[in-house]
Amino acid sequence: MKVTFPHMGYMYVPLKAMFKYLDIDVVVPPPCSKRTLTLGAKNAPEFACLPLKLNIGNFLEVKEQGADTIMMAGGCGPCRFGYYAYVEHEILKDLAVDYHLVVLEPPEKHIGELLTRIRQITGNRPWIKVINAIRYGYLKARATDEIERMSYQIRPRELKAGATDRALKQAIDEIDRADSPGTLPAALNRAREIMQAVPVDKNRPVLKVAVIGEIYTLLEPFANQNIERHLGQMGVEVDRSIMLSEWINDHLFMGLLKNVRSSQRFRKVASPYLNHFVGGHGEETVGSAVWYARQGFDGAIQILPFTCMPEIVAQSILPRVSEDTGMPTMTLIMDEHSGEAGMITRLEAFVDLLHRKHEQKEALTS
Amino acid sequence: MKGYLGIDVGSVSTNIVFMDDDTNVLESLYLRTNGQPVATVQRGLRQIREALPQQTVIRGVGTTGSGRQLTGIVVGADAVKNEITAHAVAASHLVPGVQTVLEIGGQDSKIIILRNGVVADFAMNTVCAAGTGSFLDQQASRLNIAIEEFGDLALQGKTPVRIAGRCAVFAESDMIHKQQMGFNLEDILAGLCEALVRNYLNNVGKGKEILAPVAFQGGVAANAGMRRAFERALGMEVIVPKYFNVMGAVGAALLAKEAVARGVPTRFKGFGVADMEYKAGSFECDGCPNLCEVIEMAEAGKIIARWGDRCGKWSNAVSVEQTAGSVS
Repeated sequence: MKVTFPHMGYMYVPLKAMFKYLDIDVVVPPPCSKRTLTLGAKNAPEFACLPLKLNIGNFLEVKEQGADTIMMAGGCGPCRFGYYAYVEHEILKDLAVDYHLVVLEPPEKHIGELLTRIRQITGNRPWIKVINAIRYGYLKARATDEIERMSYQIRPRELKAGATDRALKQAIDEIDRADSPGTLPAALNRAREIMQAVPVDKNRPVLKVAVIGEIYTLLEPFANQNIERHLGQMGVEVDRSIMLSEWINDHLFMGLLKNVRSSQRFRKVASPYLNHFVGGHGEETVGSAVWYARQGFDGAIQILPFTCMPEIVAQSILPRVSEDTGMPTMTLIMDEHSGEAGMITRLEAFVDLLHRKHEQKEALTS
Repeated sequence: MKGYLGIDVGSVSTNIVFMDDDTNVLESLYLRTNGQPVATVQRGLRQIREALPQQTVIRGVGTTGSGRQLTGIVVGADAVKNEITAHAVAASHLVPGVQTVLEIGGQDSKIIILRNGVVADFAMNTVCAAGTGSFLDQQASRLNIAIEEFGDLALQGKTPVRIAGRCAVFAESDMIHKQQMGFNLEDILAGLCEALVRNYLNNVGKGKEILAPVAFQGGVAANAGMRRAFERALGMEVIVPKYFNVMGAVGAALLAKEAVARGVPTRFKGFGVADMEYKAGSFECDGCPNLCEVIEMAEAGKIIARWGDRCGKWSNAVSVEQTAGSVS
């Protein structure tokens, strides 16, 4: 059995670590690229969203490397993602690309449900080892998240263009290379050092912008055309509303771990605008806009894949949030037709708007 | 004489203005880009050089439009700003207190909402390009009328024909259908203007609060039929500023003035760039499966810029040299 999974940002780091810990063969798909998207868009329905197209592209590319089992997340509710695993499986079958499919549905009642599904891949390995593997994977996710968040602070202040990107790649590789739970803390320390070694101008004034919206397009840099990098290079400190480890704790562990950032904080403040589940992260997106406005952020950018229903609901509510809180918001919709130049023009205009607003605010208060 | 240059390189037109220290526009040029931005900018610079008195000093240059980065590198610009900012700056300069800017250019249309002189909100056409200048241009030539006559003919329409304006393809086929039914040309043109305004307000304006004074700019603002259609749809006066078709360039010149006002010397390379040899080349990077097409620009045989790579491997390699060069 050779297990594979679709790409979503740095998710491959914890997943690969988990499988290796359990001595399960794992193949990581090549990074999402133009080829991935071309393969996916060719074989997916036109009106499916970008994540489905990229997933199919991932699976087709990784088949060439001998993978035979897909591990994929599932779900329920108004977001179509819940049945993507099955739809993708059918599409692959039609293409005569045979995979064994294991769907990890978020548990509805009890974490035991999740463990039963994990059994399909782990076979007879002792439970304690499986649980340790999950813990190890989670710690790796925490580590990559920490490094990513360091890059948000460093990039707008870097003295040499591109230095943060190079350091980030090195630091993530460092964490990726740690091959046991025992060596992980030291690897994380080295990664931190690599990031801290980037020369920065600490006193440079920066704007603070939150990127909010749909999880896949937030986490996968290929899907969002490297929006965090572009914003950082425009002198903007970014914060992303969903980090991988937070999502794992919220959805797979059902909030088991306390004292970590959780999307609960968004749901609490969403209520005057939207107070029930609309699928996906629609409710959290609305809440996150409110939350970031209260944290004093200069602006928020919502990212969603074209045809994403939960986020369209949120998009229609955001102008009211923006009006009430005074924090400008902008929405970017991603699909295979999105041009990078068009996106940069909109980002520049948005950042310019925030700059001028910021200057005006300072002139009034001083 | 001392002043500033503003250059707006768009997909259809390239505009250059010369603005003196008191922000009076002394020269303005409107050229067709014809898909050759660098050659067009060079041609424009030559024309401006001839039009200006010998001892003119250029204190700063600003570029905008979709070719802003390319042009900015070629001429050595002090301000490289996107078209939304440039249009907003120009509008608030020429139409004091403006609160809404409607802008329809060749390929793009946008709406900018200003409050207290600051951009508060903006939007650009996204999914469909219906209702932009190129479409009007195309329809005029299909009907065999000059684009300059379009607006006046549309104004003569008494009962505008209702035309489906959701998308340019539907608008065109519906328009042909109405012609076959025998409606007269003036009513069809007036109907087309109304359809495009409806399309604009629904797809670009999307329920944004449109408050007076409203400025209407971009090449399409020359079309009196479009202006009247806007006035009827909004129920308020729509102002077409004096330099409506070169507003981007006016904004770029104002931004250049702002940029050099902080005491930085201008980076303008001089009018000599008009006679310099620029050559663009491209290659496909095979570093990863993205296979990015990297474009490079050479000035007299020396590579001055590269772009088009997703990872920054090539573009950073040149820009690092540039930052190092500008420090010394």
